[in-house]
Amino acid sequence: MSVSHHAIPGTTLFDGEQAQKGLALNRMCFSFNDPANRAAFLHDEDAYCAKYGLNAAQRAAVKERNVLKMIAAGGNIYYLAKLAGIFGLNVQDLGAQQTGSTVEAFKAKLAAAGG
Amino acid sequence: MALIIGGIGTTHVPAIGNAIAKGLQQDPYWRPFFAGFDYVHRWLAREKPDAVVVFYNDHGLNFFLDKMPTFAVGACNEYRNEDEGWGIPVSRAAMGDARLSWHIINELVTGEFDITMCQDMMIDHAVTIPLQLMYPSGDWPVKIVPISINTVQHPLPSPARCFNLGRAVGQAIESYAEPLKVAVMGTGGLSHQLDGERAGFINKDFDKLCMDDLAGNPQALTGYSIHELVELSGAQGVELLNWLAMRGAMRGEVTELHRNYHIPISNTAAATMVFGHRHAAKRQAA
Repeated sequence: MSVSHHAIPGTTLFDGEQAQKGLALNRMCFSFNDPANRAAFLHDEDAYCAKYGLNAAQRAAVKERNVLKMIAAGGNIYYLAKLAGIFGLNVQDLGAQQTGSTVEAFKAKLAAAGG
Repeated sequence: MALIIGGIGTTHVPAIGNAIAKGLQQDPYWRPFFAGFDYVHRWLAREKPDAVVVFYNDHGLNFFLDKMPTFAVGACNEYRNEDEGWGIPVSRAAMGDARLSWHIINELVTGEFDITMCQDMMIDHAVTIPLQLMYPSGDWPVKIVPISINTVQHPLPSPARCFNLGRAVGQAIESYAEPLKVAVMGTGGLSHQLDGERAGFINKDFDKLCMDDLAGNPQALTGYSIHELVELSGAQGVELLNWLAMRGAMRGEVTELHRNYHIPISNTAAATMVFGHRHAAKRQAA
């Protein structure tokens, strides 16, 4: 019997359901540890995503560069960060996008947490 | 016999690797964090550990999500780092102590911790950045035993289980016949969350409570569930599990020697702590 918990707002636990759903997307992102694969993705994104068997929701989320949609499609943030790295984006850029703020505002919010 | 001389806890945010590569230690953004290592350097120079047992989590360098061990122990004489895909520099390799690793592996399995044993294992920034912070000259005069804890793909091991893993590792180290001085280390944390609409979550009060309880009252922390930890510490703040394993390894008298806490480094509440450990056997002899 699994224990049911209340949801934590704005948080998707990367559990078995997410892991199973996101395996193809996360596998593609894992491949980006190799610079040759990062280059291949940039050279022909459609072909690269097809090679890893992304489903329609994953392909659309990657095409839109939309992190929340990638998470909804099973993406794990550590692996999505490897995809973001191809575009020179870091976790603060991703945080700003997911919270709908500018990077400056996101950084200011973090600094304020130190109060 | 080997002695556990103490423990170190430190954040392992990847951006630290870039700051080191660019020489930004004195930059106003970075100085409050790097200054926290002055004490660590003095402590290491004084205590001179021969080996460091590192509890950490892999972020998709050595392990992919298709085969995810809950606990894995490296058994190599060398651990390489490679491109992690995030634009941080590739680190030098670390020396390992495979004999000590196998002793720990044997003792753990005898003690019913059915870990995964790895004769070929890469270490990611969660090991290399702490080593770079500890030994800024780039000369790493220690051999390591990396112990990976799954903090990424749920279900994760409970805080109590990780603390008990640490206890079993501590017992194994103290039964090793070589006269080694061993430090234990836990990396990652403290509170942070990278994903979802709650990205940027930081909980200063909970971090303070954790730091206050680690030395003298770790049982207060092992009672949390993983769900509670995610809620209180953030989805990636669960890396506290690595710190709990480090603390568990010290079964004697533990004192807090040093603490530095700074918000933020990247998306993370950054913490550095050093703990002294008075060996149980030594205390009996005194």
